[in-house]
This record gives sequence, C-alpha cells and structure tokens, in this order.
Amino acid sequence: MITIDTVSKKYGKAEVLNVSSLEIPTGQSFGLVGNNGAGKTTLFNILLDLIRPTTGTIINNNIVVNQSEDWKTFTGSFIDESFLISYLTSEEYFEFIGDLRGMNKADVAKFLAQFDEFFNEEIIGKKKYLRDLSKGNQKKAGIVAAMMGNPQVVILDEPFANLDPTTQIRLKTIIKDLTEKGDITVLVSSHDLSHVTEVCERIVVLDKGSVVKDIKTSTETLKELESYFSV
Amino acid sequence: MISHFLKLEWKQFTRSAAFGKSIALKILMGFFALYFILTFLAIGVGGYFILKKQFPDSDPLQLVNSYLLFAILGDLIFRYLMQKLPIMNIKPLLILPIKKSTLVHYVLGKSSFSFFNILGLFFYIPFAIVLIKEGYTTTGILGWLFTMILIIQSANFLNFLINKNNIALVVIGALLFALIGLQKFEIVDVVSYGGQLFDAIYANPIFSLIGVVVFVVLYQLNYKQLRNQVYLDEAVAAKVEEANTADMTWADKLGDVAPFIKNDMRLIWRNKRTKTVFLMSFLFLFYGLIFYTMDAYKDSLPMLMFASLFVTGGFTLNYGQFIPAWDSAHYKMLMSQSFRYRKFLESKWVLMVSMTTILYLLSFPYLYFGTDIFLMITVGAIFNIGFNSLFLLYAGSFNRKRIDLTKGGFGNTQGTSATQFLIVIPLMLFPMLLFWVFNKFVGYNSGFIIVAGIGLISLLFKNYALNFIEKKYIKDKYAMINAFGKEA
Repeated sequence: MITIDTVSKKYGKAEVLNVSSLEIPTGQSFGLVGNNGAGKTTLFNILLDLIRPTTGTIINNNIVVNQSEDWKTFTGSFIDESFLISYLTSEEYFEFIGDLRGMNKADVAKFLAQFDEFFNEEIIGKKKYLRDLSKGNQKKAGIVAAMMGNPQVVILDEPFANLDPTTQIRLKTIIKDLTEKGDITVLVSSHDLSHVTEVCERIVVLDKGSVVKDIKTSTETLKELESYFSV
Repeated sequence: MISHFLKLEWKQFTRSAAFGKSIALKILMGFFALYFILTFLAIGVGGYFILKKQFPDSDPLQLVNSYLLFAILGDLIFRYLMQKLPIMNIKPLLILPIKKSTLVHYVLGKSSFSFFNILGLFFYIPFAIVLIKEGYTTTGILGWLFTMILIIQSANFLNFLINKNNIALVVIGALLFALIGLQKFEIVDVVSYGGQLFDAIYANPIFSLIGVVVFVVLYQLNYKQLRNQVYLDEAVAAKVEEANTADMTWADKLGDVAPFIKNDMRLIWRNKRTKTVFLMSFLFLFYGLIFYTMDAYKDSLPMLMFASLFVTGGFTLNYGQFIPAWDSAHYKMLMSQSFRYRKFLESKWVLMVSMTTILYLLSFPYLYFGTDIFLMITVGAIFNIGFNSLFLLYAGSFNRKRIDLTKGGFGNTQGTSATQFLIVIPLMLFPMLLFWVFNKFVGYNSGFIIVAGIGLISLLFKNYALNFIEKKYIKDKYAMINAFGKEA
C-alpha cells in the first residue's frame, strides 16, 4: 500500500504539485494522466525520493520514503532514458541491475527469457550500446529492468510512448499479468487515454498539480476522460 | 542565405559547451588561445631573423622552401588523423527549403575556415610581411603566400576525399618516410629539389595559378562526391560503433563492489573523455623525467616532490576529481536502486588505488635516478593512495556539474567548476609544503617520513573516513540529482 499524505512541491512561488491525500492499495494497477506540466513525473520522482517534497510524506509499504531507503529493495522503476547507462550493452545493463537486486547470471537469464517476445529480437545479442538503440528499444530495456528482482511496486513513467503498436499491446499484457495475482502494485502514467484505461483499474487525473478526478475504471471511463480533455 | 548560416554559426559558437562556462574558466581558456596565437605569430615574425642568424650563408626563404614538402605531408597526416568534415551540422537543415547544393557549398566553405587552416596563416602571413620589408620582391612574395594558402586549402579538401580510406594514410606516410630516407641516405637531394620547386614560384608568381587549378579541381571533386551523398544513410549518418564486450567475470572476485568496478571499467574504456584520462595517466608517468633531468630543479626538493606525486597520481587526480560526475547521466537511476552508497564509493576507491599501484610498479625504472628520487616517488604513491584517493572522494561530493560522456575527450572542460581548482591545494601544495618545512627545519629524511606518514594514517582511518564521506553524499543527494539532471 502506498499512502500519499498532503504532498506538495513548490519551486519559488510556483506550486507544481499539491496532492492532499491518495491511497493506492497493494495489487492495484494505478493510472496517472494529465497534460504536460500536470505534475505526473514530479509525483513519481517524489515517490522515488529523487526530489524532496515541500510538504508531506509518501509511505511505500510502511516505509517513509525520505527517511529510510528500504523501499528500494521492493520498488522497480523506469522514468526516462537517464535511467539507462548509455555506454553498456543491454545484457550488461541487465546484469548490473541484476547484481544490485541480488540476482546471479542464471537468474537474470531466466528472467529475461520471459521477455523474448516483448524484446522481439531487438534487444539481446545486438552488440550495440544502449545509447545507440532507438528510443523505443531503449524504453523496452528500461521497462524490463524495472521489473527485475521481484519488485512489489513497479513505477513506469509514460511506458507506451515511443513503442511500436505490437510492443504496446505486449506491454499491456505484461502489466495486466503483473497485477493479476494482486500482490504487485503498478503505477503507470500515460498520455494515451485508451491504453491507460485498458490496463488500469483506477485512474487519477492531475491538472496543474492537483487531483481533479479519481475514477474506478469502467466501460464509460474512456469517454469520460476524452470529454474531460477535449475542452 | 549566407547571413542565415553565419548567424547559426555565431550562435553555435557562443552557445557551445566551452562558452557556457564560468567566467574564470573563460578567461583561462582565452589565455590558452592567445598563447598559441602569439607563439605562432612570434615564430612567423621572428622566423626570418632566427634563420638568418643561425644560417648566415643561406637565404631564409629558400630554407623554408626546402622543407615545405615535408611540412605539407606531415600536415596531411595530422589532418587525416584529426580533421573530419562537420557534416552532421546540416541535418536539421535538410528538410528546410534550401537547395542541397547550397548546403554542400556551405559545409565545404565552412571547412575552409577550420582551425587547421587558420593556424598556419599565423606563420605564413607575418613571415611574408617580414620578407617584403627585408627587400624581397613584393609580387614574388605575394605569389608565394597565395600559393601557400592554396596549398593549405587544397590539403583541406584532399583530406576529405581520402579520409575514408586507410590506404591513403599508408601511402602518405610511406611517401613521407621515403622522402626522409632518400634525403638521409643522400640518394636524392629531396630538400634542394623541393626547395627549387617553391623558389620557382617566388621567381615566377604566375606559377601560383597551378595551385588555383589544383584547388578548384579538389573542391569540385569534393562537391560532386558530397552532393550525391546528402542522405541520412550516407554522408549524414551518425556512426554506430559495435559494442566490444570483454569478459569481466574475473572482477567478480572483488565481492559486492564488483558490479560497480565492472561498470567503471566499461565507462572508462567506452567513452572518449574517460579513455583520454586513462591513457593520459600513463603519460604522466614520464612527468618526472622533465623535473629530474633539469638542473634548475635538482635542489628544489618541493618541486621534485610535486613531480613525484604526479608520476603515480595521474589517474587518481584526473579521474578522481570528477567523481561522481562521471555517473551524472544515470545518477537518478543509481539513486533509485537498493545498494549501500558505501559500495559505490568504495568501488571508486579500489579503482584509484589499483591504478596508483600499477603506475607505481611501472615507475620502477626511475631507480636509475637514484634511491632518493625513487624514495620520493614511493612516498608520493603512498600519499596518493592514502590521502588523495579519500580526499578526492570527499571533494567529489561538491561536484555539481553534469558531464555528458558522449561529448569529446581532449580539452573538454565540462564538469569543471571552482571545486577542481580548490582541491589542488590539499592534493599537491599541502604535501609539498609539509615536505619542505620538515626537510628544512627538522632535517634528514623527516620530509619523506611525514608525507608518507600522512598517507599511511589516512589509509588506517579509511573506514572512518568513508563513513563520513558516505554521510556527506547522502546528505547532498537531492542537490546532486538536481544538478546532474540539468543539461550541461
């Protein structure tokens, strides 16, 4: 369970985020939508203790994220390309992350084997550094790395952007599979309303830093969101 | 159209990484640029008189002429290795309504003004002016100077034509060596034949028109070749290098710092700038030769200490001062992973200490200069291992400048801030001062003992120091993430 308690972030006088209270129960697939500058990435960054909130705290499975670092062992994330180490090949990158997450080479190989279809032969064995991969392929590597080491919380910022249609569909299956058993919480932000309504059971809309909608996904949700954003 | 291009160039220049630096750094780099320009100017202006004085029997112009052939070939080899056609610049212009021919002329024309072509002029032009003042015929000298400029420009365009072909380099190199050989073994008098060639231009400036023809032909060839290749998969293609994946399982023995060590070794080897730092540290090994062989420094013990610190410290100093900025591009990711920060720092420490040790082993030949010098190097190595490695880790927590690893190596000052200048004091001046004070006032060998002692004590307190440094890094985490996230 993730509890967001009166979290706000101010830069000078400008307030970029102000979330009074939000609870994400364990096993939920949680979608975050909003226009550019709505505060999605800021919220994720605070959740990962990469920036400090001006007020409030986030509690990730009983751990206050800016007081202890223990949440790191069960939280996997991919925010942007800066989460990749540009001069490594994808294999070396997975090995590195695996090392940090207590997986040996065999574990890593076994783990990666599940994603053969997702990788579509474009990631492994390519003899290319990550910096030379296309944006979409970089994203694939980052997303899979975020799921290494059996995390209980997976945070993906705009995972669908830059992916090709086939991979988008495969990613949706992967996210659905993750939350199926009900013990992994997945947080996804996206600009693509149809994708996010398809994979998330709950959708929160941010606007200028505040929560303006908190919807339990139903067949009506996509229409509701489209009409909200078409103003 | 030209004015558009010129405006773009100006913006590229003033907004380049080198210019966005702090004012102190700008001044420093300005001085360096000025220094080079002045040196060449001095050679250009003074060249005539120096040659006249050294070789009173010969004509300075003829002397210069007779060695020009070698200079031209040497210049070509230098260009071959260093100069590339900056074609990627036009990528954003390709989809704009500008004729491809204009773009090609722009790229080629721009290359005419590259650093490689300008530098030589600082010699030729003043030299020519002095010659005219000294009574050489004006038309002859102007024709000669004109030819020199044409030769520089022709070399510029010849280089782009042959640059993709390694055979060309071999041919030029072989030609140069053949000419030197022919001269050396007195088979053919290359120097005098070469000289006559250029003397003829001075005598009959009309010959410089041959240079015009050569230049025009080379330019046209370049134009034709490039005009057909202005496509993203041809001339305007970004180069993708094939990954070289060396087996590093041997590093696993290092325990839980192993992943970081492996990562760092890949970082060093696969990025231009870090590779330069790594290779330069071996050059620093020879730094001592300058000091130990010069009489001026023989009795200046602090200066010898200074040199000794550098002999083994090249890597530690140059790599260490930018920790953790080397990892700035993916710092966010590291901070969201679960590992003890200590391990990250310790891996850097292991790296610096191992390299210092290797460099120390390589410095054994300095025994030739006597045990005193070698003792100094040993003391320097102990200080580098004990004190400097730890101190650089601590100083690193003040680094707030992102380093973009994809940017070039040599002369790249990215990531440099006041920190880099301030840390020199404890790293170099402090041991020099201590050494001097003890050596002067306490006497025999106490200078060695005190500097080595500080190194050893630091080493003993390594764990304590690392705990302290770790806390500092954790405290500054957010500031570093923020600073490293900003584009350099």
